[in-house]
Amino acid sequence: MANGKPDFNGIWQAVSSAHFDVERHMARHSLMLRDGPHGPLPAVPVLRLGAVGAVPGGMGVVEGGMIPYKPDAAKLRDENRRDWLDRDPEIKCYLPGVPRATYMPFPFQIVQNQAQFFFAYEYAGAVRDIYFKDPGPAETDSWMGQSVGKWEGDTLVVEVSGFNDQTWFDRAGTHHSSGLKVVERYTYLTPNHVQYEATMTDPAVFTRPWKISLPLYRRMEKDARLMDFKCVEFVEELVFGEHRRKPLPR
Amino acid sequence: MIMQVRMIAMLAMAGAGWGAEIPRTPDGKPDLSGTYDIATLTPLTRPSSLGERQSLTDAEAKTLADQAKAVAAATNKASDPNRKAPPAGGDGSEGPAGNVGGYNSLWVDIGEGAFKVDGKWRTSILIDPPNGRMPPATAEARRLGAERAKMSRPNRGDAFWITEGISPGPYDDPEMRPTAERCLLSFGSGGGPPMLPVMYNNLKQLVQTKDTLVILNEMVHDARVVRINGEHEPPEIRRWLGDSIGRWEGDTLVVDTTNFNDNPALNGATRNLHVIERFKRIDGKSLLYGFTVEDPTIWTKPWSGEILWPATDQRIFEYACHEGNYSFGGILKGARLLEAEAEKKVKK
Repeated sequence: MANGKPDFNGIWQAVSSAHFDVERHMARHSLMLRDGPHGPLPAVPVLRLGAVGAVPGGMGVVEGGMIPYKPDAAKLRDENRRDWLDRDPEIKCYLPGVPRATYMPFPFQIVQNQAQFFFAYEYAGAVRDIYFKDPGPAETDSWMGQSVGKWEGDTLVVEVSGFNDQTWFDRAGTHHSSGLKVVERYTYLTPNHVQYEATMTDPAVFTRPWKISLPLYRRMEKDARLMDFKCVEFVEELVFGEHRRKPLPR
Repeated sequence: MIMQVRMIAMLAMAGAGWGAEIPRTPDGKPDLSGTYDIATLTPLTRPSSLGERQSLTDAEAKTLADQAKAVAAATNKASDPNRKAPPAGGDGSEGPAGNVGGYNSLWVDIGEGAFKVDGKWRTSILIDPPNGRMPPATAEARRLGAERAKMSRPNRGDAFWITEGISPGPYDDPEMRPTAERCLLSFGSGGGPPMLPVMYNNLKQLVQTKDTLVILNEMVHDARVVRINGEHEPPEIRRWLGDSIGRWEGDTLVVDTTNFNDNPALNGATRNLHVIERFKRIDGKSLLYGFTVEDPTIWTKPWSGEILWPATDQRIFEYACHEGNYSFGGILKGARLLEAEAEKKVKK
């Protein structure tokens, strides 16, 4: 860029199984399991999805493989996982939070100029504006947090805070508190790959800070762009359908 | 030689005329980036009392601002703790929920004055037709309007569609409610296009690069991505805010939007809506936003408007509408309750 900073403009997307489960994991029957006579089976409400409802394995994007949950927090994570359909905020098309927005299976666009750095995510039309002048502690909690950026050499470092406690890290019940702080680092690996790192600190929930890292890939299609994914419309039947004058079969 | 010198002098003067004061990007284009507060007391269409007048006098503009200030002060007064409860079912007036209480001025942000263009206070945002009013509606638009009117009544807390035998009723399904109630779009035409001032949350953020302009609408965090020098999408692809492409005409960024879905934000418009917007930097602090609307299904002629966009230091906070949309379930449940009451009455 004219100001000497790396130019991150473009459409980016992660390619990983992190949106299913950020931890190291083998493939499993389903995101929502029940006990079967010979081991876990898909829970009843997701049974008919068959192989489409199964979870692909992954080496995990968490450094060391697992999230260092405190015992109570690990218990809540397990409950969340068992009750996934009712609890995962993605099911209801809620804003995804950070870092989850980065590695959902949707592209996002970075729009950067001399003074501004803006993220537009396809999923749920989520957005983030990065402040380069720290406005101080967030004045209110939010789903996407308050992002304050700075440059460390050619790396963009974004400190994100001011979250609510409603977002997860993936579809596997991984939660946090409103005290979460995330430090993201965006560094070019090649002209079309960016290494993404995020360090999570939340002493109420984790025994120590933990870090994820994964590459982001530039979408190379000539017509790459964000499509509309206003999923609010797609979850209306789920969230409000029972209140129709003539409810449909549910 | 003399001619060359003259030409250079003329070019230099033209340059000073159009742009010495405006911020520019490294590639020399006017820099539109920033955050703008488009709240204004100037209405979309000209009040009929103003006839053919395109501008207000200073005294009239002051009166308009003073009146707004007085209304704000009145609604901001502390409530009387000894006041009586409103009558059951509301007071019968036509405000929200029978006026059991709604927004006071804490919630409302409609600006503190009219806006000026070329030194004159505007009487309306609409400038063409020159009378400041919408062009005549088509027969189809009148038919659609009559259908809508059939479904709409002042809220008197009763299920009129049951007593009047209207089916389907206006609250039968979520899909029948306005997109703002459903948290799909800003109310009014806040996100547009065209982007028009609404009751609150009137901030817009522009982020400009050489091939992209992002227009973030505060309400419902809609980010419209304009592809500068791009081509329109094929007709199968439809978008809530339409498909926007841009081009520079001199120092004006012209944004052309088509490919709307069946529910554009602009009241009354259809999927045939076509909007042309013009973003022009006036100085370091403001833009002039112009637009032309065409929808041959609804209006017999195109119409155009202009609004001043003053820059602001205010920050845009997250507008997580759907995540907190407890009202929508309540609206539908309330309708079911009113229907049960009305059905009992009909049986009697």
